[in-house]
Amino acid sequence: MVSAVIAPPAPEIVYRHALAVRITHWVNAFCLLVLLLSGLQIFNAHPTLYFGEKSTPERAVLSMNAVQRADGSYAGITTIGSTQFDTTGVLGLSRDAAGELDGRGFPSWITLPSYRDLATGRLWHFFFAWLFVFNGLAYLAYAAWSGHVRRDLAPTRPQLRHIGQSVWEHIRFRFPKGEEAKSYNVLQKLTYLAVIFGLLPLIVLTGLTMSPAMDAAFPFLLDVFGGRQSARTIHFMCATAITLFVIVHVFMVFASGAWNNIRSMITGRYAIDPEEVPHGK
Amino acid sequence: MASDRLSRRGFLIRGAAVGGAALLGGCDQLSQSPAFRDVLQSTEGLTQRVQRMVLSKRSLAREYSEADLSQHFKANGSTAVADAAYQQSKQGGFADWRLEIGGLVERPASLSLAELRKLPARTQITRHDCVEGWSAIGKWSGAQMAPLLQSVGLKPEARYLVLHCADTLGRTGKYYESIDLIDAFHPQTILAYDMNGAALTEPHGAPIRMRVERQLGYKHAKYVQRIEAVSSFAMIRGGRGGFWEDLGYEWYAGI
Repeated sequence: MVSAVIAPPAPEIVYRHALAVRITHWVNAFCLLVLLLSGLQIFNAHPTLYFGEKSTPERAVLSMNAVQRADGSYAGITTIGSTQFDTTGVLGLSRDAAGELDGRGFPSWITLPSYRDLATGRLWHFFFAWLFVFNGLAYLAYAAWSGHVRRDLAPTRPQLRHIGQSVWEHIRFRFPKGEEAKSYNVLQKLTYLAVIFGLLPLIVLTGLTMSPAMDAAFPFLLDVFGGRQSARTIHFMCATAITLFVIVHVFMVFASGAWNNIRSMITGRYAIDPEEVPHGK
Repeated sequence: MASDRLSRRGFLIRGAAVGGAALLGGCDQLSQSPAFRDVLQSTEGLTQRVQRMVLSKRSLAREYSEADLSQHFKANGSTAVADAAYQQSKQGGFADWRLEIGGLVERPASLSLAELRKLPARTQITRHDCVEGWSAIGKWSGAQMAPLLQSVGLKPEARYLVLHCADTLGRTGKYYESIDLIDAFHPQTILAYDMNGAALTEPHGAPIRMRVERQLGYKHAKYVQRIEAVSSFAMIRGGRGGFWEDLGYEWYAGI
């Protein structure tokens, strides 16, 4: 009855992310950051959202306004549908870099530029929108050429059958090891597919629908999204969804091995945590 | 231990705040650097070329029905004109108002409102998209620009129409705008004198405002007094082709 001391097996290093995926991932991440911050600057020029073709203030979906209270002080009020929230200090009314109270949708620390400047916000937004689109097209061209979507992103039948198990493992923060860790799990795959082929194209198309010239060239865009103001609202909702995705994504990166994940997106190399060595036969 | 962790957390939060502020400060500095702005603005030409590629010369902006009209059409920018001659003309129902057409044209013209109303006209219910993000739907009637330009005869070197207006916005002088000949000859490009079936009011640009339906609101100059055909607008005012353009907005406002 001698218990042998088994040295932990060395982790296996696999080549996980192709160069094209790594480059387009980081360019994409940077573009999305600039697009979000400059987008909030543009939103601030008219911090109200509507559905339909035109702006009907009495039927706003969301608005952020500075209002004067009965005692003469000011408050930032965010209205969603018909429900009002006091968001003083953050939305509707916040302090600018000089500490002065300013009536503005989003606060200065999250807009680009920080001060109110719609023209410059638009310059940033459209430059990085083009970069985002070119980068996205490069990624799609690579994905089509290399079989990346079929090989890495499409869930397998067994994965889809065991989706419930994957959900349960995520809830308990158990991450796959060994052979299973060499590919994305089913929730990861479905999320990435939804972002790459759902949210990102949708945010581009709703962005284009806000363009009067694009609407003249492709009037069906207005029918698809239910009008220019609907497109603006959907564009904002997509931006919110992408932001939530990034938060969860970064959280999962940290929860499942920050250094290993980040390294794999820089050098391509990913260490596989070996499975428990099965004892005896 | 606990205070140790707290102070470390405090340090991290302060560090993130300082780092974030430096990042934003850096972005603000970049935003004000002329060279960097040129880089950012380099895609304006790309946008214009691509949009003009997918737009045929005659693709029309969508037209709506009477039922779609905005109950309240927001008047933006100048909503009143301080100019004394303008106010005097307004008192007289703009009977003495003249629209001058000159510059690189064969036969410069000066038209009264009554004469303008006799020219080939178009009525259209269109959506007005402000650069700020809101939209309003209005019904516009006015003289089409294309036949008017044919009657005055553009010289071959004419490339743009500069619209000189009566209103003063900000401190930099009177409002002005410019459009190129693709938009000038577009069937929906009109010098509107009626809005929603009545003569234009002062907040909406009486007696004449431009409608360039495939571009954003600031191109739709109000209180138009003089149209000048030019080969380049580089020597006019700020050199960027319009009041808002001189303040940093794009000359091509198709998006």
